Amino acid sequence: MLEARNISFSYGKGKLILQNISLAIKPGERLGIFAPSGFGKTTLLKILGGYEKPLKGKVLVEGRPLKEQGYCPVQMIFQHPECAVNPKRKMREVLKEGGKIGNGVLERLGIVEDWKNRYPQELSGGELQRFCIARALGEGTKYLLADEISAMLDLIAQGQIWKFLTEETEKRQIGMVIVSHSRQLLDHVCTRQIALKKESDRESVEV
Amino acid sequence: MSCLNKFHILEINHLSISFQQYKSGTRQRNLPVISNLNVSVHEGEIVAVVGASGSGKSLLAHAILGLLPSNAHQEGEFFFLEKILDEKRKKKVRGKEIAFVPQSVNYLDPLIKVGSQVRNGRKSKEAKDRQRELFQKYGLGNQTEVRYPFECSGGMIRKILLSAALMEYPRLLIADEPTPGMDLETAKKAMEDFRRFADRGNGVLLITHDIELALEVADRIAVFYAGTTVEEALVEDFSSEERLRHPYTKALWRAMPKHGFEVMEGHQPYAGQWPKGCVFGPRCPKFGPECETEIPERVVRCGTVRCIRCKEDISSNHHEKREAHRHVGG
Repeated sequence: MLEARNISFSYGKGKLILQNISLAIKPGERLGIFAPSGFGKTTLLKILGGYEKPLKGKVLVEGRPLKEQGYCPVQMIFQHPECAVNPKRKMREVLKEGGKIGNGVLERLGIVEDWKNRYPQELSGGELQRFCIARALGEGTKYLLADEISAMLDLIAQGQIWKFLTEETEKRQIGMVIVSHSRQLLDHVCTRQIALKKESDRESVEV
Repeated sequence: MSCLNKFHILEINHLSISFQQYKSGTRQRNLPVISNLNVSVHEGEIVAVVGASGSGKSLLAHAILGLLPSNAHQEGEFFFLEKILDEKRKKKVRGKEIAFVPQSVNYLDPLIKVGSQVRNGRKSKEAKDRQRELFQKYGLGNQTEVRYPFECSGGMIRKILLSAALMEYPRLLIADEPTPGMDLETAKKAMEDFRRFADRGNGVLLITHDIELALEVADRIAVFYAGTTVEEALVEDFSSEERLRHPYTKALWRAMPKHGFEVMEGHQPYAGQWPKGCVFGPRCPKFGPECETEIPERVVRCGTVRCIRCKEDISSNHHEKREAHRHVGG
């Protein structure tokens, strides 16, 4: 189980972005999070993935805090793939950052062998995102955080990628947290959804 | 190409783009990424460019603005306001008469506060008022203008990029994926602005994956696949699958959430590995040996299509009608 317990967060001394948020994701579950832009969805995922430290509260994986070293069992796929890859590395190197990647993952994501010899700026946003998804699916991944990951893909590619992710995470019993502005997508993909609410009532609400 | 005979804001004929790449050592190869592409935007019109990711949509935008990298080679004709648009004129009009909303959120300078970037450094009251008016419209708070890009969320950056493009008063707006990351309400507001902008006699080239949003606001849809336009259709044609001309467009239609999220197998052929003849051939259910020749672009019912299987066209329609008539008469 991936748990967030009473998380509060602010950047620097600014106002609180997240206040007292608690979540729990079971293996194999796909939890959708829905909220307007600027509400702290990405921040929440970054905290779950260990990229940011919460001001208050804690993040636990199977009852223990996130590992500081080694492969993190909670992996995040970012909203803007062009910001999530090292521009000076060829895609082959970028893929290696994810460790060992299971058989067939690259093929099923539609990654062409030739793309691996390219630099990030030589690929389109949708092509880059496929690499980022593959990289996050290394063998040690137990939970996957998806931050608006399919907005740069055409509808057919979106369908293919979500079909793949659903099958793959179900097979490996990976728990997913999915952030998207598309209600229809969340309805289609998620097993459970919550909405982050307005300022006055920042508690998460099950829907 | 359409039935309209209106003033052309933008016209592109036979555009081809290729990249010079190093293969190994000093050996080079030429990688075609766009081939023989035609697209036009009329006065008062929003043309949405939709299609497979990696089909060359963003490259088209960059080509219009003269922003292609130095290893790119392009052929074809550009016209802006019915006058030739060459590289020199591109430099002159971009950011002024042609505004651009880029796709990547990396386009903002990380070291300049966003308000100042949107105003392009100007401090005049007029510029400040305009910028604040735009920020307010898109729900960016008063505090936003003094923030640096890293302090803004993905959705906020989109709104900032959009505001920057609307600061001047352009004739043509090229928006490359302006809405992902925006919530639906803001995305709709942005689309309404595009509509109003176009209705004042301007043109919008809207590059997007969000077909549903495009269908709500655009007049025509150009469908891209593997570096070319496989179909140009009126928005009305998307009301039913039968009215669409190309099998790829039909597949996109079926992939729309309200039509069942149907997933098509296979992938778009990558640049450099285009098949002979029809680029959609390997995935097409109706593919046959006749499809392995060059596929011309044909006009069908106020739109165009690159598919020899699309039997109907204006002349044959007439023909059928006459035939039917004769049957009735006979």
